[in-house]
Amino acid sequence: MGWEVVIGLEVHAQLNTATKIFCGCSTTFGAEPNSHTCPVCLAMPGALPVLNEAAVDKAIALGLAIGAELNRQSVFARKNYFYPDLPKGYQISQYELPVVGKGTLTISLTDGTEKVVGVTRAHLEEDAGKSLHEAFVDQSGIDLNRAGTPLLEIVSEPDMRSPAEAVAYLKKLHALVRYLDICDGNMQEGSFRCDANVSLRRPGAPLGTRAEIKNLNSFRFLEKALEYEIARQRDILERGGCIVQETRLYDAGRGETRSMRSKEEANDYRYFPDPDLLPLVLDPARIARVRGTLPELPDIKRARFMRQYALPAYDAGVLTMSRVLADYYEQVAVGVDSKLAANWVMGELLGALNKAGIEIETCPVSAEKLRLLVQRIEDQTISGKIAKEIFEDLFHSGGEVDAIIEKRGLRQITDTGAIAALVDGIVAAHPQQVADFRAGKDKLLGFFVGQVMKASKGKANPDQVNTILLERLRKE
Amino acid sequence: MAFDQDTVRRTAHLARMALPQTEIPAVAEQLERIMELIGTLRAIGTEDTSPMAHPLDLDQPLRSDTVDHRDRRAVLMANAPAVEHGLFLVPKVIE
Repeated sequence: MGWEVVIGLEVHAQLNTATKIFCGCSTTFGAEPNSHTCPVCLAMPGALPVLNEAAVDKAIALGLAIGAELNRQSVFARKNYFYPDLPKGYQISQYELPVVGKGTLTISLTDGTEKVVGVTRAHLEEDAGKSLHEAFVDQSGIDLNRAGTPLLEIVSEPDMRSPAEAVAYLKKLHALVRYLDICDGNMQEGSFRCDANVSLRRPGAPLGTRAEIKNLNSFRFLEKALEYEIARQRDILERGGCIVQETRLYDAGRGETRSMRSKEEANDYRYFPDPDLLPLVLDPARIARVRGTLPELPDIKRARFMRQYALPAYDAGVLTMSRVLADYYEQVAVGVDSKLAANWVMGELLGALNKAGIEIETCPVSAEKLRLLVQRIEDQTISGKIAKEIFEDLFHSGGEVDAIIEKRGLRQITDTGAIAALVDGIVAAHPQQVADFRAGKDKLLGFFVGQVMKASKGKANPDQVNTILLERLRKE
Repeated sequence: MAFDQDTVRRTAHLARMALPQTEIPAVAEQLERIMELIGTLRAIGTEDTSPMAHPLDLDQPLRSDTVDHRDRRAVLMANAPAVEHGLFLVPKVIE
């Protein structure tokens, strides 16, 4: 009998507010150490927190987007632990009454089916500062610029059954927070990070003991860490051993998880309601106002793309992964064949962006230019092959589509007489191949097409070349 | 509830308090008395009272998301025991 894998994820999304959750300090990344601090986020005695309404609105937006219950009253609690990057000696979080209750997120699986993953809750809390260990001997440097940055911790049900499902969930949530513009989603800078709880059990049996893997900051690391951890636990269980409930770290360099020195009382956080903060009450007007600002959400946009642009589900899914990409596609698709536009955005454009390691937000080719390029294929000014060359130019050197076509003389040859002359020249130059073709070697057609295209420097219209070639070759 | 010496030691450790061994029995006795008081409070019937998160019957006021900040690093860090390159220095901590 096999093992069933059970995975639940806790995601920390840094909310992209201008200021911290309980004080007016800026949240801008990369400032001089400790320059974005004040008596509140440094925990000076007597300083009192005041809640940032933008953080509340962003939490509401997520709740609405996942169809969650919004708790009309939620409570901030102190989570007590000692670490130098936590100046108060406690983190302000939410415990018994989070702002967002149960919701769901639907993920698409590779076999084309969909699965609904439960979201247990999402709560507001503050981030800690950063510890820098490298530069000092026997000491650590503490930068508290990040201390007090608002986080939304989104906790899933243990509903995922494989690393692939966990990755699909994380990607879906990542796309969603960016659609909602509540988090910049930058995983490298730690704005969107994930802890994974994983355990194994015999199908139908109660949940097994879980291990928690901390601070996974890429989709690939999540997948690799889960694969390693599942194999590790399976190995232990099959040898009759027991899983120890513990926190583990993923070492990307070695591709393995290892136990963090488990502190005996690490989990005794002694939560209690923070007396410095009153209960957060969501009034219906606030909820309605946030609802009014919600954009078209990914699932709805995807369905619309399939309907409006007659795109396959896969294309619609890829193109709606991010709001910026979807907007880009819609600009390209104006007045041109929507499937051709989709092929160009998904193929050449995403390929080039991926290769260059840049995001769609900073794409060097505007949607308007790509639309014009696709239009030039449609009106037969250029062939698809030449268009790819022009795209390379646009991407790496800039310029205008029509100017490049004219300057480099790339206009497609569609004049039947001119193409016929090229064809005649090639046919005359290869009598042996002509004889072989006529004797039944059909495959030689490709050779002739290649020769004509080469002679035309790729500019002859391929359909016309085919037609005229066949006409000449079949003529005895 | 019996507040034994182990519980006192563990509680002191959680609070990062250095508690000399000689003081433990006295502290255990004091904590025991506090727990008795809580026990008395627990005996009050609260079945018909909804739990409160705060003694004031008020809602949390909200602040607009506007940066209100001057760089006061030098002043704010003035009483830190050790500072270098704008960082607070603490004994090495590595998880």
